[in-house]
Amino acid sequence: MGKAYRYTLGQRVYRFEGLADLMARATPARSGDRLAGVMARSAEERVVAQMALAEVPLKSFLNEALIPYEADEITRLILDDHQLSAFDPIAHLTVGDFRNWLLSDDATPEMLTALRPGLTPEMVAAVSKLMRNQDLILVAKKCRVETAFRSSIGQPGRLSTRLQPNHPTDDVTGIAASILDGLLYGNGDAVIGINPATDNVSQSVRLLNLVDDVIREYAIPTQSCVLTHVTNTLEAMEQGAPVDLVFQSIGGTEATNRSFGVDLAVLREARDAALSLKRGTLGDNVMYFETGQGSALSADAHHGLDQQTCEARAYAVARKFEPLLVNTVVGFIGPEYLFDGKEIIRAGLEDHFCGKLLGLPMGCDICYTNHAEADQNDMDNLLTLLGVAGCNFIMGIPGSDDIMLNYQTTSFHDALYVRQVLGLKPAPEFERWLVDMQIIQSETGRLMAYVPERFATALKRLPSSGTGVGHG
Amino acid sequence: MAEGKKTPTPAVTANPWRRLRAYTDARIGLGRAGVSLPTSELLAFQLAHAQARDAVHLALDMTTLCEQLERISGRAPLRLHSRAVDRVTYLQRPDLGRCLDEDSRSRLHMPEASAASPVDLAVVVADGLSSFAVQNNTGPFLEAFLSQLDASGETWSLAPITVVEQARVAVGDEIGDLLNARAVLVLVGERPGLSSPDSLGLYLTWAPAPGRTDAERNCISNIRPAGLDVREASRRALYLLQEARRLKISGVSLKDRSETPVLECVTGPGNFLTG
Repeated sequence: MGKAYRYTLGQRVYRFEGLADLMARATPARSGDRLAGVMARSAEERVVAQMALAEVPLKSFLNEALIPYEADEITRLILDDHQLSAFDPIAHLTVGDFRNWLLSDDATPEMLTALRPGLTPEMVAAVSKLMRNQDLILVAKKCRVETAFRSSIGQPGRLSTRLQPNHPTDDVTGIAASILDGLLYGNGDAVIGINPATDNVSQSVRLLNLVDDVIREYAIPTQSCVLTHVTNTLEAMEQGAPVDLVFQSIGGTEATNRSFGVDLAVLREARDAALSLKRGTLGDNVMYFETGQGSALSADAHHGLDQQTCEARAYAVARKFEPLLVNTVVGFIGPEYLFDGKEIIRAGLEDHFCGKLLGLPMGCDICYTNHAEADQNDMDNLLTLLGVAGCNFIMGIPGSDDIMLNYQTTSFHDALYVRQVLGLKPAPEFERWLVDMQIIQSETGRLMAYVPERFATALKRLPSSGTGVGHG
Repeated sequence: MAEGKKTPTPAVTANPWRRLRAYTDARIGLGRAGVSLPTSELLAFQLAHAQARDAVHLALDMTTLCEQLERISGRAPLRLHSRAVDRVTYLQRPDLGRCLDEDSRSRLHMPEASAASPVDLAVVVADGLSSFAVQNNTGPFLEAFLSQLDASGETWSLAPITVVEQARVAVGDEIGDLLNARAVLVLVGERPGLSSPDSLGLYLTWAPAPGRTDAERNCISNIRPAGLDVREASRRALYLLQEARRLKISGVSLKDRSETPVLECVTGPGNFLTG
């Protein structure tokens, strides 16, 4: 533990036991920090902690590791990769000054890009704790992060979606039906990504072939992913399976990642293997990472840090491997970590801001579970806010209902809503494909009223009555 | 889902591929008003969410449930409560839902349940995240299970059934320990899905004691009329219980070989997109 921080307010002297404690007490309220016992003990203490944090020089984060260098490979990654030359323009600033600078006209998109190697996740997490939601939106909007594989993600004025055709038994017909629904609603330009119900190598290979067949048949400028453990994907690649993107859930401490069964070495190995396949046509960003506040505490691997700081540290892991997509799955973990719509919305904006400032292609799984105090209106709010903030991608799922994972995320319709109100378009290559396939009109970008010919042909392959087994 | 109840208004563009819903419960082919959900689909979703929310927040009707369990088991159940005082606390403090409050602990210390007489099995009913699941499915499950246990011809001594409010699965460890039970079977309301607000889960732990991990339990999930029916669930539970007693373990090293093997998952025409 480093030195204590003190702050005097009137007659009262507040004391914080080191930088980690100060960061935790300064964090806007959320249930996970309460559960961990690191939350501010009063509303006043929280603001006092923010005032004390505002006075901390950014340099302190280079001298005081929140988790010891010797104990954690993520700390070593953060400090070893830090570039003093990039840090130099802001080296004289405190956390409070840094907020002012980020909001000022001096912080141009070009300046922010050049700054990235000089920023640590802790600096970014610290400044986010002083920012209001509009600050998080304004600064994130200035950050440009573009990546590419078969489509280009993150260009200004574009919003992409992951088409998520999950099915509780990985039924091929059911998955194909959801893929068709998504494509005909203009979704799927970030990735067609399946969470398998059965998590093993042979199942992953089956699903990889299924999506790859569809992508090749219709020449869709997108990529596939099966969200299985990285070691399964490695084995699938050894078997010659058509792997576009390597998926893995990651966290911000070495112990969290160990609980996920991964470390930096296995991620490096998987990335190298995927790169060697050379399947990308426009770029070679081959990784897809998912994160989310609360995962470190859930694995009892948070080292007394608040959950938002742990989350920002996960972005150090992500940026090491130049991912195509980073997705913060913000409301999936449940009310023990993010209690209600207000906490979920705040966390989504924080994660998007922190990731973007560190140079990551941030997307967000705007979602909630049925035991959280949240509903569709909260998701509409976060969706609209993230659309304004320039979020790279969101999820797209039939009718917001994930029938395999039992939670609610954004629907194909939701993506079209936010594109329409904010004038956003899909990835450029995918947009051209949608026009060529007669899914959307070229002038207006609006959906056609009829089923495009290629897909009408596919539907004719089905038994005419579609009777099958009566789920409907 | 309410399908085709009303003739679509001109403002709604229908999706002819809606007939693919024969192959999936996913909400595909919903149609659209502009780019948004048609009113009927919006309301169908709101209803499903409302039912799932009610399942989480409506309190268990303890009186009715306990009367039903007494009828089935021939013995009045013991009513207990976790250390989570209310639902809001329960949702934010998983640690409190795993422990009994002081009053409940002292009631289990009664001579009736003393260490002198170990029992083979304690059945614990926990409200968990869905009172619907517990209210509707516990009685039918226990009826099937107790009659199958009887018919097995084996001797199984049972502790009185306990019903615990604001409780999580691990509360069974403490109860099993206090009742000096060799095994504990916890019936718990599962996290409700949008299309499954009434799903009951079942967890078996051999040699229950505080500190057991989830890896030391066997789970049977999705017990509800539209999911796993109670007779099949109780057949599997009995199999696991017999195996646990034979091997003196539960959890990952006790494999459930009673399950019907899952075959290639193609119910329909397969990947019709590529022919």
